[in-house]
Amino acid sequence: MPSDLNWAIGGEAGDGIDSTGKIFAQALSRAGRHVFTSKDFASRIRGGYTAYKIRTSTEKVQSVVDRLDLLVALTQRTIDENLDELHEESVIIYDGERSWEAEIPDEITGVSVPLKSLAEDAGGAIMANTVALGAACEIASFPIENLDESLEKRFGDKGSKIVENNKDAARLGRDHVRENYGEFDYELETTDNDYVLLNGDEAIGMGAIAAGCRFYAGYPITPATDVMHYLIGRIEQYGGHVIQAEDELSAINMALGAARAGARSMTATSGPGIDLMAETFGLAATSETPLVICDVMRSGPSTGMPTKQEQGDLNMTLYGGHGEVPRFVVAPTTISECFHKTVEAFNLAEKYQLPVYLVSDLALAVTEETFDPMEFDMDEVEVERGKVVDDETVDEWLDEEGRFRAHADTEDGISPRSLPGTADGAHMSTGLEHDELGRRTESTDMRVKQVDKRQRKVETARERETFDYREFGDPAAETLVISWGSNEGALVEALDILENEGIDVRVLSVPYIFPRPDLTEEVEAAEDVIVVECNKTGQFADLIEHDVLTRVQRINKYTGVRFKADELAEEIKGALAADTEVTA
Amino acid sequence: MSSDVRFTDFKSDKQPTWCPGCGDFGTMNGMMKALANTGNDPDNTFVVAGIGCSGKIGTYMHSYALHGVHGRALPVGTGVKIANPDLEVMVAGGDGDGYSIGAGHFVHAVRRNVDMTYVVMDNRIYGLTKGQASPTSREDFETSTTPDGSKQPPVNPLALALASGASFIAQSFSSDALRHAEIVQKAVEHDGFGFVNVFSPCVTFNDVDTYDYFRDSLVDVADDDDYDPTDREQAKDAITDADKEYMGVLYQDENSVPYNERHGVEANKADIPDGAPEGAMDLVREFY
Ligand SMILES: Cc1ncc(C[n+]2csc(CCOP(=O)(O)OP(=O)(O)O)c2C)c(N)n1
Ligand code: SF4
Repeated sequence: MPSDLNWAIGGEAGDGIDSTGKIFAQALSRAGRHVFTSKDFASRIRGGYTAYKIRTSTEKVQSVVDRLDLLVALTQRTIDENLDELHEESVIIYDGERSWEAEIPDEITGVSVPLKSLAEDAGGAIMANTVALGAACEIASFPIENLDESLEKRFGDKGSKIVENNKDAARLGRDHVRENYGEFDYELETTDNDYVLLNGDEAIGMGAIAAGCRFYAGYPITPATDVMHYLIGRIEQYGGHVIQAEDELSAINMALGAARAGARSMTATSGPGIDLMAETFGLAATSETPLVICDVMRSGPSTGMPTKQEQGDLNMTLYGGHGEVPRFVVAPTTISECFHKTVEAFNLAEKYQLPVYLVSDLALAVTEETFDPMEFDMDEVEVERGKVVDDETVDEWLDEEGRFRAHADTEDGISPRSLPGTADGAHMSTGLEHDELGRRTESTDMRVKQVDKRQRKVETARERETFDYREFGDPAAETLVISWGSNEGALVEALDILENEGIDVRVLSVPYIFPRPDLTEEVEAAEDVIVVECNKTGQFADLIEHDVLTRVQRINKYTGVRFKADELAEEIKGALAADTEVTA
Repeated sequence: MSSDVRFTDFKSDKQPTWCPGCGDFGTMNGMMKALANTGNDPDNTFVVAGIGCSGKIGTYMHSYALHGVHGRALPVGTGVKIANPDLEVMVAGGDGDGYSIGAGHFVHAVRRNVDMTYVVMDNRIYGLTKGQASPTSREDFETSTTPDGSKQPPVNPLALALASGASFIAQSFSSDALRHAEIVQKAVEHDGFGFVNVFSPCVTFNDVDTYDYFRDSLVDVADDDDYDPTDREQAKDAITDADKEYMGVLYQDENSVPYNERHGVEANKADIPDGAPEGAMDLVREFY
């Protein structure tokens, strides 16, 4: 009896797909099951196909697969869109009484549940989706009581009556299946495990609060908006503030102002917003302002495909902006890393007094995954503010006329920082080239000194920090797969598939784009090197080739859909076969 | 804050590179006087400057300061003030900086009503880029980019501010030193966004809006006993009067509630603990 299940609910945007999916995902997670969710959505608010998919297992799941076992179809299009993933044992729940006549493919079991009329019996047609959840519980042999707490969480603010009605609705759905259909071949067992379920944007927001972020300015854009949604209403409880700016130019400048006032400060946006922020990014670098700028990538260029996955902004974050400025580019590889790398981004920004790009992507942002809560152990969080002077230490940094040397040329490239309010620490900062006091200069000597000083911070960071990678698979394998960003989960699962077929692979998942680990040894030790990323040109592969001076193979996907584990396993096999053909 | 602060304490030792006679000298002196008169000192003052001759002001003043990018000084000031409400925040820029590239931010800064002072050195021309038309340049004014005279009517920044819900609108003239300092001081003292458009003549590129012109034509509302700046209708009439230009405090909302008070952000946000804040594990538990 399989205990793994790939479940989905699909319909039109506005049908409550997301919240229904979330209720089920939470119920599974609370029942001690691992969950991985994904969303298919179009860039419109009402109408248009949208789906929420859940993979659940008692083992860790961290990828999408090409398989759908149980589908709640609110529209015919839901069935049509998912035909490829349905198989002989798939079950489709649909409302046989509704106006559309479901065309259920042959050999697939259709379970007709009068969703709407049962919901009306329970107190209102609006609960049709809850009826479907009850039906799904019965088919999957998942105790319906597990749904109750999720329903309370979702509808609690609306009053106990609504919660009770929903519980009834779920039970009517369950009973209908029980009375009209036989047993199904699933059994979703529950465990005592304790999991939390969250997505990448939430993890970034949580990381920001943990790191002591006190100011967030943003402008809504998919898929970064959820960072702002998360922070609003929460950050205030920890002494912070969120402001919705009039545009991205304003957002980054507000964040910069707050950072200069001494607050840990962040803005988050997606590609088009990053373009608009480029000018002020340069100002942050030159004025040596610690700032975290989060880019949750989506398909570009221009407005591209706003609701689709891509990793196309790497070059923008690495090279974007005029002139040459030091920066750090940190890219979390999993949802839990979204939390940890956000904390690290704040520390790096303050220790080295420069802007840090925190690069995430849509796949991380909109998928949820279960974790042991101790993956987010708040006791482990360290806040390092770098070289901040106070009223006592400020004296060391004054020149003979008593002026604060905010851009002092130091050996490690890091200058002292005085926060406003510090006596004798007053100074000015500017985007113009400046001297040690922060005042404009066109002196050739000083220009060279300041450019070198800013650059030296990167070298210092290379010495003091570890910019490493995460490793999976067989360390001695001849095949090396390198990846960045959200591809890690699918790759890790692809490893298992490949291993079962006797193919050993070593996977390096790199969360640091700049500075990044030197992979020369790893690449040279391998027979085949493949770089996996969601873009057309292979921006990360270019970096590896440049660093290691060798050609690598590339697996690129730019359909707008993230990699799936089984698909990646096939691609890797294909790449290896192609390579043997050439060398044979 | 020390009581013995003099306005020269706000002066940096950098000599201004403004053209001799530029109106910006007087504008800056008035700003420094206003800061000193209101009991501020350089350590609790943050000056944000835009780009242009006007924007150089942050260099010549001594305080915590940021000289930013063109047109974006107001958002920077907003961030500074919200992050540390103990600071006195003064934002300065030019007419091109504030009403052209930064016009969007101007409207939103006005409506947000963050407690800071915005001083615009309005010389009705682009100075630093050497004499192009600005958004406040008069119609038919000849400049290097409008050789046949500007065919675009000017914006009225005061009307823009009023329409955006400003709580304090003033206009002053840089060479009328005492009056100018007094007007800026009122803006500093105002609880909310204190907006002062200062006529600050460019002696190099604008031979129309000169010292003489302003001296002869400006009407000070303080000289009119019947002028009541809290009367929005009267302010509207003065601000939209096509035949006259006024100076003084043209409008002040006595019931102004600044952003920080409305949003409860009155604490300095720079103090943060060495680790995650207390109770941060609650954030994780929410995801059960
Ligand atoms: C993005 C950008 N565009 C253009 C410029 C060039 N620029 C510098 S100052 C200026 C005009 C400033 O005019 P104004 O604000 O009236 O100031 P003034 O020099 O007259 O005091 C321009 C267009 C720039 N620095 N940045
Ligand atoms: S160009 Fe005009 S605005 Fe600029 S410094 Fe000279 S007089 Fe002043």
